[in-house]
Amino acid sequence: MPTKPDTEAPDLLVDVRDLSVHFALRGGTLSRLFGRDSGTIRAVDGVNLSLRPGEVVGLVGESGSGKSTLGRALLGLVPATEGSIRLRDQDLAQLSRRRLRQIRRVVQMVFQDPNAALNPSMTVEEAVGDALRVHGMKSAAERRAGVVDALERVGLSPVELFLSKYPRDLSGGQKQRVVLARAIVLNPTLLVADEPVSMLDMSVRAKILQLMLDLKHDLDLTYVYITHDLATAKYFCDRVAIMYLGRVVEIGPTEEIFAHPRHPYTKALMAAIPEPDPDKMVPRDLPRGEIPDAAQPPLGCAFHPRCPEAVSGCGWESRDLRTLVEEHWLRETAAYDEERTVIGDLAHLDAPSTSATIGSGGSAQVRAILEGMKAEDPDEPLWSGVQSIEDAGSGVTVSFEPAPSPALRRAGGVEVACVLYPDEG
Amino acid sequence: MTMDLSDETVAAASAREPVISARDVRVWYGTTRGAIRAVDGVSFDLAPGETLGLVGESGCGKSTLGRGLMGLLPEGAKRDGEVLFRGRDIFTLSRKASYQLRGRELGMIFQEPLTRLNPLMRISQHFEETIKQHEHGLSKDEIRDRALEVLRLMGIPPTRYKSYPHEFSGGMRQRLMIALALVLRPAFVVADEPTTALDVLVEAQIVQILNDLRRNFQTSLLLITHNVGIVAEACDRVAVMYAGRIVEQGTVAEVFKHPQHPYTRELLRSTISLTTTGLNFIPGAPPDLVDPPDGCRFHPRCPSAMNVCASKNPVDIERPGGGRVECWLVGPEDQIPPGGKQPLKQEELTVADEA
Amino acid sequence: MRGTPRALLKPFTETTGLARWMLVAGVLLTAVFVVFAVFAPWIAPYGFAQASSGGTPFPKLGHPSSQHWFGTDRLFFDVYSRVIWGARTALKVVVLSIVLCVLLGVPLGLASGYYGGWFDRFVVLVMDAMYAFPSFLLAIVFSFLLTNVYGGSVVAVSLSLTAVYIPQYFRVVRNTTLSAKEATYVEAARAIGASDGVIMRRYLLQNVIQSVPVLGTLNAADAILTLAGLGFLGLGIQSTDAAEWGHDLNRALADAGSGVWWTGLYPGLAIVLLVTGLTLVGEGLNETLNPTLRRRRLLPVVMPPRNVSTPAEEEQG
Repeated sequence: MPTKPDTEAPDLLVDVRDLSVHFALRGGTLSRLFGRDSGTIRAVDGVNLSLRPGEVVGLVGESGSGKSTLGRALLGLVPATEGSIRLRDQDLAQLSRRRLRQIRRVVQMVFQDPNAALNPSMTVEEAVGDALRVHGMKSAAERRAGVVDALERVGLSPVELFLSKYPRDLSGGQKQRVVLARAIVLNPTLLVADEPVSMLDMSVRAKILQLMLDLKHDLDLTYVYITHDLATAKYFCDRVAIMYLGRVVEIGPTEEIFAHPRHPYTKALMAAIPEPDPDKMVPRDLPRGEIPDAAQPPLGCAFHPRCPEAVSGCGWESRDLRTLVEEHWLRETAAYDEERTVIGDLAHLDAPSTSATIGSGGSAQVRAILEGMKAEDPDEPLWSGVQSIEDAGSGVTVSFEPAPSPALRRAGGVEVACVLYPDEG
Repeated sequence: MTMDLSDETVAAASAREPVISARDVRVWYGTTRGAIRAVDGVSFDLAPGETLGLVGESGCGKSTLGRGLMGLLPEGAKRDGEVLFRGRDIFTLSRKASYQLRGRELGMIFQEPLTRLNPLMRISQHFEETIKQHEHGLSKDEIRDRALEVLRLMGIPPTRYKSYPHEFSGGMRQRLMIALALVLRPAFVVADEPTTALDVLVEAQIVQILNDLRRNFQTSLLLITHNVGIVAEACDRVAVMYAGRIVEQGTVAEVFKHPQHPYTRELLRSTISLTTTGLNFIPGAPPDLVDPPDGCRFHPRCPSAMNVCASKNPVDIERPGGGRVECWLVGPEDQIPPGGKQPLKQEELTVADEA
Repeated sequence: MRGTPRALLKPFTETTGLARWMLVAGVLLTAVFVVFAVFAPWIAPYGFAQASSGGTPFPKLGHPSSQHWFGTDRLFFDVYSRVIWGARTALKVVVLSIVLCVLLGVPLGLASGYYGGWFDRFVVLVMDAMYAFPSFLLAIVFSFLLTNVYGGSVVAVSLSLTAVYIPQYFRVVRNTTLSAKEATYVEAARAIGASDGVIMRRYLLQNVIQSVPVLGTLNAADAILTLAGLGFLGLGIQSTDAAEWGHDLNRALADAGSGVWWTGLYPGLAIVLLVTGLTLVGEGLNETLNPTLRRRRLLPVVMPPRNVSTPAEEEQG
């Protein structure tokens, strides 16, 4: 079932259009004193996502990919900077705080850490019943009936055993069941589950996932399943959106994504899952580095600095040059001291730019070192992205070909944001 | 009691003395309810350059065992048993002697790297501090050379030698911690969930580094983790821990392909991987370690429990295919009382006693 | 709330040795004074401003006797009775001022920490200014101002003590709120649709007031001293309005030179004992309620000896 970006489709439960959530970064004491803006983090940056009733959609990515922020935006817990979040016929981005609180009858959330998600000074009955209470159920007897029903649904029976327990008396799995009970007690249509099993022990994870599948079946729920773990997403989801630095880089039906991963990031995530079967182990080509600073994302495609399949048009820039020089020194330890004096300091390359000036020991020498590096690894895609290398003072200026961030484009049954998959047109 | 070193993969190592030889290690914590038997009679050997994965769920005592070996237990814990490190019993060493041994011969890698690095000290100072404490008379340049060499193996470029910890990302910090633990080339390192706080891709990178340790250093590694996938990836042998005991140990290939203990089997089955087609889980919860169940500690949750399992402690025996296992299903037959092999009638486990 | 009796007993069951001894001694001492205060009309033989009984005037500066156990003072009052009645005044003032502190300081700290922004900044500024002032001086100033409004009454003194101690409640509650509001359970409350008021009342309040009981008892001890100080300076309650130890001490000052020791000793002793009692309770509570001081009881671990041939048999024992 390919996702048609058909905005007017009447059967959509949720339709997120061009959603951006930006956070103002709070800088140090000085910049705060002077009221200077210390940048913004684009936690979610122009995301489109639609949910059909009864569907399980996975948001998969590392920490900092914006998957949790996107999930919270679906409840209005974080304000949308741009774009719209249509839930049936209401736009959450336009609603007042009071109206948003009412929306949370329909959209509920399950949290990662069951130990932290429950108020330590509330009993199970109070915790679950409070969801009913804040939505106007005054009678304690009615509330109790609702709580008992919800606890039975999540398998916490005999219920009497749990009603008066405090979270500290429960095990991790039991707490997560209470959190689920609190989420379903209002009879919601959409459940946002933020890593609901990742803090639990292996032998408990499957139990909670099974419970969530049962609840979905019994209560006609729609799930947004947020996770960093592709293995559970594969089992649990109908559709998967792979996120990286606030953007969706690949989205499509689970089977298609797992059978033919297209985006190099998707492939990397799949390769990173350690396989418990010693026979099935394959040597892995892991992406280098870590998810970059979201306040200064890489130019071009955000994944290109780590991408094992990068090409010339990925948006190479000054910071990549720094990484490359440092990696060269990592291999050629002997040359480090000498070359370091020629190249000089590299810290200024951290300001993202498509032209990078390096070197302090003479243009010719710097050129020679760069040539040497190129000869060492001619396949390094950064070199193909270089437009020109010109002398500048006692060093050189390396200019890179500017490239836009690739948009999501149709490729087979999925959509991918990668220069390797140009529009099928 | 002799430990198995008969497996072919470790046959080469068995020619040499084990670096660590632990016998009947116990670590108990005192509480008002009675002693928590966090580790209760654990024995294993570790050959030079070998990586042993210690795997189990939270509360099984795996971290306590790691800290107990290092002598880093909190107040109120008591340890007992015999741990021979190159022939010396490290449990009987004086405070000063065991302090000198730590860092130089025994290293530890923790889960949360940032809390272990001093934010006001440059990386270079961390290395100087560590090396000077144990090896006197090295010049700054010699220290730098040694540090840069280890950092290189961890993939940290020499340009970052003068940086402060906060200038590094989470994965880089963990690499730093590993480098600091290894710079003195200790013979034995305990890594306690070193990747749990990291992102998936970074976790895979660190696992690869740990995997390469064997090649680059002659270090024996005890890798404590809850992730069986990491064990498969980075370890030679595996010890499966449940309720304070090692219930099965052997080479990774043997144990994971032919698990003999029902707990090992169920743990592997409940792990969700890319090849998972159905959800499996272990009913019930691990026992209270103040008052563990009689007989086999897994018997209340065990799908194949027999009568004998509820009454008699299982015996540690050689497992078919090499290694050790504690399970009546494997034997020894002659110690099972008559009628002991009848399936055990178990009360049904409900969520009320779930983990 | 269920489990309240157990929670009340917790300080006793969770302490050992010195801490428990301190707590028990403190509770006993304080309890004696509470009994004095509550049952003053029945315990004290005379009224606090009574100068005669059955038509017989009391002696001036009379020695302790069977009629007047602690003697009489220069205003013909019975010292023993005034010590008992003084307990009532002290507790009235202290309880009133602490109740006011809690009623004002806790909600203010909660709202300030939860909402943040300019409101928070303003309240913090005011509270810090009050806190920076020497506390006794502040009490004197407020007493002056309030005595003009309320006269030298219990209410006036209580209000001035409230002004002295309220910044502490505000700060403690605000700081714990600041960290507690980041907890996942607060976000979870928002996710079920709870309003700010509900979150503060039902989710944050119970988790941020845990250090208030300790603060309350320690402040009570301090307040007794401040109250006595005010009385000693003549700023507190007039001796015909109520019996107040500090004020009595002030009058006893002149007696001391003429060898009259009983008018000063007994009120002084009462102050010392009550302050000691309250301090002991506070410190004892601190041991159990303050997580930074709380240490788990470490019990010796007795391991059965190893060395039995197989570990299996060893466990049977």
